[in-house]
Amino acid sequence: MAREPVMLARYAEGLFWMARYLERVENLARLIDVTQGFESPGREAESWHALVRINADEEDFARRGHTPGADAVKSFYLADAANPTSIPASLEAARYNARTLRPLISTEMWRQLNMFHRAMSAIAPEEMQGDRLSRLCTRIKEGVQTHTGITEGTFFRDQGWLFYRLGRLIERADQTTRLLDIRYHLLTAPSGGEEQRVAELARWGGVLRAAAGYHAFRRIARPGFTPADVVAFLLVDHGFPRSVGLCVSEMEAVLGELRARWGLRGTVRSLELVEDLRAALMGRAVARIIEGGLHEFLDAVQKDLIALGAEIGTAFFRDWRPNAAA
Amino acid sequence: MAKRTATRPGAGTAAEAALFADYDPGPYFCELTAARAGDGGATATVRARLAAIGLEALRARAAVAEGELIDLGVTFTVYSDATAIDRILPFDCIPRIITAAEWDHIERGVKQRVAALNLFLHDIYHGGKILADGVLPRELVLGNANYRPEMEHFPVRFGTYVHICGTDIVRGRDGDFMVLEDNARTPSGVSYVVENRHLMSRSFPDLMAGMNLRPVDDYGRRLHAAMAEIAPEGVDDPEVVLLSPGIYNSAYFEHVFLAREMGVPLVEGADLVVERDHVWMRTTAGLRAVHTIYRRIGDDFLDPTVFRPESLLGVPGLIGAWRAGRVTLANAVGTGVADDKAVYAYMPRIIRYYLGEDAILANVPTYICREKPGLDYTLAHLAELVVKPVGESGGYGITIGPRASRAELETARAALLADPANWISQPVIDLSVAPTLTEYGIRPRHLDLRPFAVTGRETWVLAGGLSRVAMREGSLIVNSSQGGGSKDTWVLADEVLAEGPG
Repeated sequence: MAREPVMLARYAEGLFWMARYLERVENLARLIDVTQGFESPGREAESWHALVRINADEEDFARRGHTPGADAVKSFYLADAANPTSIPASLEAARYNARTLRPLISTEMWRQLNMFHRAMSAIAPEEMQGDRLSRLCTRIKEGVQTHTGITEGTFFRDQGWLFYRLGRLIERADQTTRLLDIRYHLLTAPSGGEEQRVAELARWGGVLRAAAGYHAFRRIARPGFTPADVVAFLLVDHGFPRSVGLCVSEMEAVLGELRARWGLRGTVRSLELVEDLRAALMGRAVARIIEGGLHEFLDAVQKDLIALGAEIGTAFFRDWRPNAAA
Repeated sequence: MAKRTATRPGAGTAAEAALFADYDPGPYFCELTAARAGDGGATATVRARLAAIGLEALRARAAVAEGELIDLGVTFTVYSDATAIDRILPFDCIPRIITAAEWDHIERGVKQRVAALNLFLHDIYHGGKILADGVLPRELVLGNANYRPEMEHFPVRFGTYVHICGTDIVRGRDGDFMVLEDNARTPSGVSYVVENRHLMSRSFPDLMAGMNLRPVDDYGRRLHAAMAEIAPEGVDDPEVVLLSPGIYNSAYFEHVFLAREMGVPLVEGADLVVERDHVWMRTTAGLRAVHTIYRRIGDDFLDPTVFRPESLLGVPGLIGAWRAGRVTLANAVGTGVADDKAVYAYMPRIIRYYLGEDAILANVPTYICREKPGLDYTLAHLAELVVKPVGESGGYGITIGPRASRAELETARAALLADPANWISQPVIDLSVAPTLTEYGIRPRHLDLRPFAVTGRETWVLAGGLSRVAMREGSLIVNSSQGGGSKDTWVLADEVLAEGPG
């Protein structure tokens, strides 16, 4: 009776990227929100430039004629559609993919994304200022979360769902490493008095809040927790949905399901890469990772995730096409 | 059962009089106010219900309904001067009503016409008996740009070339239906038929309540069934796909709609590959065979190795696979010769030739400018005639004599004289009108009707079709690319009102 649904390679690719772009949008809103929170008097430009740095956008930022400063960075990410890493550009790319996926995704998914895209393609400069910025970030986060909820509740669970989740998990893991990176230098700051220690923990609290992990962390943290505990939580915690380790475990499960349920044999190499990644994360104590240089470690994880994305593309997508979305 | 409001006014109330006070269809047949036998009171009921809603509320609800089309991305793309704009097809909330008897007539006429088109195509690609018998000029067919020698002596299943046909029908002053043109290549618009109905039932349930209407949501299933039927013989559970040029095509929304309604993949050229004369689609699990392709790209772009070499939309080797009998294309290649505006003039004779019957739906009188009498008549009566190029679609290149300036008429005359064979002319048809919501209130606007016929082994016609409305006052051009809109088209089932007029 029922027919086994086929999955066009192009659709799988579109789903993977649609999920990635939307996850990127949500995380960028989180980063912008937390950056505003980190602004310290007289050093705003420096705080905001950290955002450019962790996104590896320094060159683009300069090439597009921006000078470091709060307004320039906010505009670069919130209003500059020509910047491929901006929120409008990511939403444009997500909607482009959704348009090609319209035969597959639910009407409700399409409608919400269509409206969200329209609402976000004209962010006024005054919305990026003062208290309105945080509200704007909330709206952006909620736009993606609405998408996520509609997708969870309406999207058919075949291969497409699994490729969608892979895209989301890879992007989320990557974004969590970037969120950690924004504060990594705090770890190497010389330890001062109690006052400084409290201030430092408060900043880490901000990182946790940006990742929506503050309360969960407090539930499991010892009262005398250190920044290293926060790093461990974001890197390897098994229960926190944005931890790199949980994302990697879920990637493994998704790839396993693509193999077992859908018979996709091209998963072998991707599964190997995920196992390697998991070993790197779980194989040693977080304290050792920090000792070895957290920034360098995060950089390596990002490279591994890029390699994993490329491997999935080669194995399943239309990599025969020179203009495959990337 | 829902409670019915006791205060809803009946036909002929003061409210109705107010809403339609300024409404004057002039000399034209009006689809909602003309007295019609067999409507069971439906038109009066709709008028009364519209009046009960009132002009301001109609406007507000129509605006919400159009906003919904934007949110849903039910849009088409207009190309002009190197710009591309996504537009909605303006939706007019006042439905167009067709009685059961009228529909029966249209449906029989459309089926007859599709049968004749298919017999004609089969004949001209198998020796051309009709040409030998002199029913229409040989060069009109063989010299036609849409005639495809590749199709000669090529068998198609059930003799069906035109699997999806859109027949443009207009209604004259006396209410008679006439065919304005056949669309036998890749007619579009059916998605709006279904979307308009959905929109109507969400936004104006009170207009529809109790109306016994023929449903329109069976189109996808019927289409899928026909596409499966025509798959190459011996294929069990054939794989059907819809081939689209992609998201930049103006009809992309419709392609999505059709793929979804059929439940089949929407593919682009690069998703397909031909190997060993079979057509395959690229999936996550490798190549998978394809058996029927409902293609929404023109003949010229299908296969760069056979037709336009620069086409990136098509699939190299596709025609070879088709000729090898491994895949079916719908519509078949080479149907454009049958819906040519010059061949159209001969349709009454073509119908009689193959079916031995008179045309159930008449043609609009047509003068063929490639023939001297036709050209002479056209030149002598240019100011009274509509002059159309034979190869174009979408309402482009048309000159409407009575509306044209002297300069426009002279331009048309020069074009006619330069290449007479490229033109036909027709008298101005007094297209019927329907009450339409405008900024000035409820006003008559001209409209046509495009029913959609699906043919595999047999022909099925979707009840109703697309009613296209010229939104500008007095305009006769209903094409969406030229600012036309659309209406929900209600075909009354035999028993008109389940609960009597409201």
